[in-house]
Amino acid sequence: MTSRFESVFLFVVARAMVPLIQVFAFYVITHGHYSPGGGFQGGVMLAASIILLRVSMGDESYERFPREAGIVIAGFGALAFALLGFMSMLFGGNFLEYALAVPGMGADELRYWGIFFAEVFIGFLVWGALVAIYDALETGGVE
Amino acid sequence: MIYQLDFWLMVILVLFAILALEVRDLLAAVGVLTGFSFLMALLFAKLGAPDVALTEAALGAGLTGVFLLLALVFVGRESED
Repeated sequence: MTSRFESVFLFVVARAMVPLIQVFAFYVITHGHYSPGGGFQGGVMLAASIILLRVSMGDESYERFPREAGIVIAGFGALAFALLGFMSMLFGGNFLEYALAVPGMGADELRYWGIFFAEVFIGFLVWGALVAIYDALETGGVE
Repeated sequence: MIYQLDFWLMVILVLFAILALEVRDLLAAVGVLTGFSFLMALLFAKLGAPDVALTEAALGAGLTGVFLLLALVFVGRESED
């Protein structure tokens, strides 16, 4: 979008809402392994906060969150999730079995932290992918 | 279980679905579809599926509306049929 309407209300409300949405998204992601929510829902909320910035601030938001950042974050999340899954295969377990040989941690604690980091990486993946979809739609598919 | 709340949520849900299909203005159709998704999230939460309700509220009532509005920028507001 090339033009935008100057609206003080839209700008102030967006600036007030974005941090609250992001804090709630981090809560949903980090509590995803034992309460409703998880990486996907929290990642959607993070993407929604960035898209609210995109809609309300227009071209200014590309200075805060550049156009290339979305696909980079999605790639990081996917790669880290795949590495986390394959890491337990190096120790003789199945994909995403969290059968790591970390000294001083029982199997239950390993599974707890394994699911926690899987949720965090899924959150990165969904966040970056949805912002990248928005950016591709906004330009009509051409750079 | 509150059967009256279930009943009226279902009735409004069906009305919103028919309205989203029948309305001529595509911008209004996107708004009605977003309201449909929000009522769907309420119904999911009431049926004891908070995980699905959270997904529906974030995706259906949030991002899908934005993506459809963005598509309307390119295709225009008037319905063809």
